[in-house]
Amino acid sequence: MTILTTHQIVKDFPAGDGVVRVLHGIDLTLRKGELTMLVGPSGCGKTVLLSILSGILSATSGTIEILGTTITTLADRPKVLFRRQHLGFIFQQYNLLSSLTAVENAAMPLVAAGMPLSAANQRAALILDDIGMGRHLDKLPRQLSGGQQQRVAIARALVHEPALIVCDEPTAALDAQTGHAVMEILRRRARDHNRGILVVTHDNRIYPFADRIIAMDDGKILDDQPNLNSLDPATFPIAPSPSNHSV
Amino acid sequence: MNLIALKMLRGERAKYYGLIFGITFATLLMSQQVAIFIGLMERTASQIIDLREADVWVMDPQVQYIDEIIAMPDVKLSAVRSVSGVKWAVPFYKGLAVIKAGDGTMQQVILLGIDDHSLIGAPPQMLHGRLEDIQQPNAMIIDRAGYEFIWPGQAVKLPREIEINDNRVVITGIADASAPFVTFPVVFTTYSRAVELAAKQRTQMSFIIAKANAGVDPTDLAKRIHQATNLQALTWYDFMWRSIEYYLQRTGIPVNFGITVALGFIVGASVAAQTFYIFVLENIRQFGTLKAIGVTNQQILRMVLLQATVVGSIGYSIGIGFCALFFYCLSGVTALRGFYLPWQVALGAAIAVTVIMLLASLVSIRKVFVLDPAVVFRG
Repeated sequence: MTILTTHQIVKDFPAGDGVVRVLHGIDLTLRKGELTMLVGPSGCGKTVLLSILSGILSATSGTIEILGTTITTLADRPKVLFRRQHLGFIFQQYNLLSSLTAVENAAMPLVAAGMPLSAANQRAALILDDIGMGRHLDKLPRQLSGGQQQRVAIARALVHEPALIVCDEPTAALDAQTGHAVMEILRRRARDHNRGILVVTHDNRIYPFADRIIAMDDGKILDDQPNLNSLDPATFPIAPSPSNHSV
Repeated sequence: MNLIALKMLRGERAKYYGLIFGITFATLLMSQQVAIFIGLMERTASQIIDLREADVWVMDPQVQYIDEIIAMPDVKLSAVRSVSGVKWAVPFYKGLAVIKAGDGTMQQVILLGIDDHSLIGAPPQMLHGRLEDIQQPNAMIIDRAGYEFIWPGQAVKLPREIEINDNRVVITGIADASAPFVTFPVVFTTYSRAVELAAKQRTQMSFIIAKANAGVDPTDLAKRIHQATNLQALTWYDFMWRSIEYYLQRTGIPVNFGITVALGFIVGASVAAQTFYIFVLENIRQFGTLKAIGVTNQQILRMVLLQATVVGSIGYSIGIGFCALFFYCLSGVTALRGFYLPWQVALGAAIAVTVIMLLASLVSIRKVFVLDPAVVFRG
């Protein structure tokens, strides 16, 4: 089932007296239960496309439809509210709030939507426990390793059960083993919870976790194919548990 | 989101305390300096404020303030008394004299002469002795501060002999009187004795103080007295402000205090605004994250305003507390009596702090409002 479709997305940035076109008519589709990777060299427009797809940046032209809503025509506030309800974000630098504990960070989308803090924390604690962070609920980000912080960021992206999760270089700041553990969680979420996950990356070590790989260069999609080398779900390593997890 | 905002604020301890310090400093400086200024200005009109029985003060047309004495002939008293609407009018003497204590201590004093019979013009409160004793031969009453200046550290002993302008007089009572602008002792005696003790002049009546009949507007009465006598007649309130305005216009006091208060505001506002701005700026990525995950600008505005309110309230409370403590400690110092923290000053400081924090919030929040949440995707 389709979550997101785009039609001829164009993005221009002003440069001097003229403009620089960084996206040249992008058409793509994302589906539920699928982990899609958007790959390509630095500066090819991946992050700009990710920002536009998630409604953070406006396209110069073209349309984006997410879950049947054309977000390119939404006003700012409805767009923010739509993003809050239907999208989850995972960032390269985790972007956790330094003064909040792991559980409070994970609960942020629910609190922003108006859920009482205690109820939000309760639900966030369940997610954190599910991804092996049950023993670290009350720790501040500075007390956690990079991998643990990224797990908290994953919990934050999952806690409000969004249909689409967008990830910007989620393993770039992690070592290979930790990166794999993070990707396992994401792929399991996509399959078991029927979420659509879009990962922007140029970390080829994690390509085997993709169901589909979209290759970009120079603001254009060069290739969009199912990943024939995708790991078989049956061969996935055991997901880390609170007791054996060391990420 | 309120709890989140407070946690964000308290999480940055150095900046949190820096913000509180800035507001505390600004509050203390502004409120303390304004209160001292008001105390000083009230001192310039202390005798008018103490003598609230009188509705109208009558004086020579050239008098500009209470310490400028241009004596009037005694016949003017009858002229004032004859004006319709005057319930009573009595003479009031004000001048300077030199007293000499038994041990040879010399001290310039403010000599006030009150009506011999009605004792109108007497100090507001007697601390030792009886007011009526002032009618005894050569009797005088001195204010508490004056007694402590002349006989520092000594227990109260009454009666006590002194010389005033080389005449022997007896202190029979100690009163509580508002502090004058110059910290001279204030001595009270009857009008006739004050005139005798003062250096002789052709005319000696400093002021006439009058009371309006019931239902008569003191302002109207003052106008009528002026028309009938050609003297200057002012209500006590107008005369108080005339005296205060004289000091405001003729001395550098208001300019100096004004500069200090303005500096307090500017430094406080700068410290608070700059620290708050840096606080927001250093958290810009966190605010970007909040915006990206769907926190609205209104929610962020409420968070920032809550943070500003908390910091402003704590800083103000500590600052105004220190200010109140300062004046509480001063209350035991004789030379500095009369200074206090008026509630209007506390309110004014609260308004100033509100303005400071609003400015700080607006400067900072603008940065967040225009922030492109795409910043969170940059590594």
